[in-house]
Amino acid sequence: MELYRQTINQLQTKITAGEITASDVVASVSKRITEVDAAVEAFITVCADAKANVDNIISRSPLAGMPGAVKDNICTQGIRTTCGSRILENFIPPYNATVVDRLNEAGAVIIGKANQDEFGMGSSTENSGYHITRNPWDLSRVPGGSSGGSAAAVASGQALWALGSDTGGSVRLPAAFCGIVGLKPTYGRVSRYGLVAYASSLDTIGALTRDVYDNALVMNVIAGYDEHDSTSINIPREDYTANIAAGVRGLKIGLPKQYYGEGLSPEVALALEQAIQTYRELGAEIIEVDMPNTDYALSTYYIIATAEASSNLARYDGVSYGLRVEGDNIVDMSEKTREQGFSEEVRRRIMLGTYTLSAGYYDAYYNKALKVRRLIKNDFDAAFKIVDLLLTPVAPTQAFKIGEKTDDPLTMYLSDVCTVTVNLAGVPALSLPCAFANNLPIGMQLIGAPLSEALLLRAGYAFERVSGLANKIAPCGGEQ
Amino acid sequence: MLSREQIEKVASLSRLQLNPQEIEKFSGQIGAIIEYMKVLNSVDTADVEPMIYAVPTHNICREDVRKPSLAHSLALQNAPQSDGNYFVAPTVVEK
Amino acid sequence: MKYKTVIGLEVHVELKTKSKIFCGCSTEFGAAPNTNVCPVCLGLPGVLPVLNKAVVEFAIRAGLALNCQIAEYSKFDRKNYYYPDLPKNFQTSQFDLPIAEHGWLDIEVDGKTKRIGITRIHMEEDAGKLVHAGTITTSDITCVDYNRTGVPLIEIVSEPDLRSPEEAKAYMEKMRTILQYIDVSDCKMEEGSLRCDANISLRLADTEPFGIRAELKNLNSFRSVQRGLEYEQIRQAEILNDGGRVIQETRSFDEGKNVTLSLRSKEQADDYRYFPEPDLPPLVITKQLIDEIRAQLPELPDSRVARLIEQDGLSEYDAKVITATKAMAEYYDAVRVSVTDAKLVANWLTGELARLLNANAVEVEDCPIKAANIVGLLKLLEDGTISGKIAKTVIEEMWQSGKTAKQIVEEKGMVQISNVDEIVIIVEEVINANPQSVEDYRGGKEKAIGFLVGCVMKLSKGRAKPDLVNKLLKERL
Ligand SMILES: [Mg+2]
Ligand SMILES: [Zn+2]
Repeated sequence: MELYRQTINQLQTKITAGEITASDVVASVSKRITEVDAAVEAFITVCADAKANVDNIISRSPLAGMPGAVKDNICTQGIRTTCGSRILENFIPPYNATVVDRLNEAGAVIIGKANQDEFGMGSSTENSGYHITRNPWDLSRVPGGSSGGSAAAVASGQALWALGSDTGGSVRLPAAFCGIVGLKPTYGRVSRYGLVAYASSLDTIGALTRDVYDNALVMNVIAGYDEHDSTSINIPREDYTANIAAGVRGLKIGLPKQYYGEGLSPEVALALEQAIQTYRELGAEIIEVDMPNTDYALSTYYIIATAEASSNLARYDGVSYGLRVEGDNIVDMSEKTREQGFSEEVRRRIMLGTYTLSAGYYDAYYNKALKVRRLIKNDFDAAFKIVDLLLTPVAPTQAFKIGEKTDDPLTMYLSDVCTVTVNLAGVPALSLPCAFANNLPIGMQLIGAPLSEALLLRAGYAFERVSGLANKIAPCGGEQ
Repeated sequence: MLSREQIEKVASLSRLQLNPQEIEKFSGQIGAIIEYMKVLNSVDTADVEPMIYAVPTHNICREDVRKPSLAHSLALQNAPQSDGNYFVAPTVVEK
Repeated sequence: MKYKTVIGLEVHVELKTKSKIFCGCSTEFGAAPNTNVCPVCLGLPGVLPVLNKAVVEFAIRAGLALNCQIAEYSKFDRKNYYYPDLPKNFQTSQFDLPIAEHGWLDIEVDGKTKRIGITRIHMEEDAGKLVHAGTITTSDITCVDYNRTGVPLIEIVSEPDLRSPEEAKAYMEKMRTILQYIDVSDCKMEEGSLRCDANISLRLADTEPFGIRAELKNLNSFRSVQRGLEYEQIRQAEILNDGGRVIQETRSFDEGKNVTLSLRSKEQADDYRYFPEPDLPPLVITKQLIDEIRAQLPELPDSRVARLIEQDGLSEYDAKVITATKAMAEYYDAVRVSVTDAKLVANWLTGELARLLNANAVEVEDCPIKAANIVGLLKLLEDGTISGKIAKTVIEEMWQSGKTAKQIVEEKGMVQISNVDEIVIIVEEVINANPQSVEDYRGGKEKAIGFLVGCVMKLSKGRAKPDLVNKLLKERL
């Protein structure tokens, strides 16, 4: 079997046994990129020199020598970091994000910078300033977003792992649409330093991999306290692989009824039903729970996210970095720069956020949303007094067609209805494939209490062992 | 719908220039989203504290210690325009 | 003037921490442009702030010294506005929960003490500096230096309790004294480490509501504070006298032309869209921390003045001059420990030493004459080794050469002549040489003796003991 088709865990076993070297792995993945990326377009930048120093890596980390993709909103020193935006087309960060430093220390190989919806604003990766990334299972469909490039790269064998960012579902939704595993950690568990901010109180960095075990391996490298992020949690990280095979017998899994409403497609509803049955058979106890404020989550999310974004994106003014479009004076220059550099969706969200923060509206929108956010968090706290985990869909439907939802922003926002609650509450959630229908994957979401990443991975691992859905490589339009 | 004045004020605060079609389009779209967001008005939040922070920590500080700054060339590396010392931008005076 | 003036001041103070408020860059003034910068203070994509602990401690210290209540719970907020000196286009500041509130400070104008309310003190980051080739209005470009970006500031907002430009100046001077005493800032207005914006309005009577105010910027010295406000007072009075309306606007003081000029009108009110800074967790200030900081506060100027008057018997004037800066007050204490005559110490510090410092534009901290050497000089004076007049020459020499008074007196043979026989010789010589003056004195012109004393002193090269010269002359006339 070609090396790019294998998991990190499998490849490391072979490297340890002396059967292959890290360079072989990098070469295989690089070759795969040249074969399929013209069709998938997962990358904004492919790092040409990624192969250079593979054999000199001395790290003993399981990620040593393993090629992966980093979402293009995570700063890489000396490698341009665009956030999927034309406004940062030529931006070369003079520093590394903390996660990138940690990956480098582990000897991981960054093979490219992955495409995304501009600044994370989108659910389909159609809103990139560069190109649309295609779902490698069906090239006429979206990979989900905003970390669509990361998910498509991993699903198509162009990376063994990828980093994405998740502000309202941006790791979990593309993982679900592309049939891979995506973990959104507890807010503060993985440092945000170097992650270009979209909505600071919601942003997280998470890993995308082709099976649960690999995800734990990446988390073992990127998670943990960082003094450069004041919101980083100062508690030592667990070893996420240590207890991963412990099973789910006796665990209480909650089904929040608000997530199983009428909006679910029949395929998704059926897939979830079967997954619930699987967990029952694995020995988990299934309990229905009530999370009454779920219906308010989408509004709450879009108010908070756009307000923070309007402030976070104010810095792109053409003065000291990024695009500049000349103008008569500084105001004119900045306005022209932002007009040309930002897509319509980004401008729409900036204006929305500006509006809800502006004089006379703050209490009605932003402050109100912060209060409802508290209620949503309370729902989770209450639920986790009764159950260990929650099981929900990731999205109401499977991957949709390119262009299907681009006309009406509100319709697109509805894709995030099952995922935004998790960011509002700051809790961790794991997205993993639970079924295939019509040759397209369907994802499910396990949600846990703060810092329960190890438990989530354990529950995901137990499912994956019986589902047969681990480590699927998408055909990218060719033969499976 | 947001009024023309509202959308123009918001655009100006956001450092964005809108042409007449855009004003039309955005005021409709943003108006619709705002309308959708009004669902929150039905939630009773009388005794609810706003949740400002995702993690309940406080007093996260560093010691007052100097760290090396960026090399001058790296500091200016991404400047759209510079004279080798300063970042250079158009005048702040509206002429 | 028939109008009553109302003034409130917003004072920005750069804190003298080693590093910036949210990153480790140096706060040193005067570095080459864009060298004290890093990704954080350049506001590059992806960076996050981490609060400098010393900033919080300095702000609390200032709050306590200005009689404020320190907040139990405080947080940072973003103030959103576009300006090229602000790399993120928002300033991390504090909005509704500042670190300190409800304080006051006492000022003195025309011998009367007046208490000025302090509304609040909040922490924030400084902006960068814009440099314009030529003038701001003629230049086509703006050059930006981000060295100052992120230098920690406290903003101290007064109540509108000030009633005249003199009071405003007195408030600023007192503010500087206190902040220097507690060692949180250099308070150098010329370097911008102490800055002042003033809100000023007029009304017919103290009982009327406030008039429409103008905000005055660019008050870069204590003199500017007073003169800018004086100009503005007259400008507004003229408008009102002509039946006009003052417009609410921001005006800049041009020190050279001594006028204020409109910068921009505030017809469209600023909309800063403040919201809580999600990247910085809040502060919970314990009583224990406040008590610790309070215990470390030095003696403040007002209580020091009282101590010098009561314990050392100084005049109020001397006590105030000595305590005007912490450095001078400490210099006084250092001398006073070894010299019993407090008034003598005060006279020399507020007289000769102050004159030398002024003339050479040297701060007390950098005074070339160490306190111990002033002690030496005053000892020579006290035991009669030198006269006051000689002492003035000696201190001058001490300033120049850095030598001790004793060395100088010995090297130059300046020891006072108190031997009667020696002086008598000179006195007689002078009497013989000036018969006209002798006659004048004897004829009732008392003043003539002054001339004769002068001649004796001159002949003795100033070393003759003045009271002896007087006595011996009178005996012989
Ligand atoms: Mg301020
Ligand atoms: Zn810095």
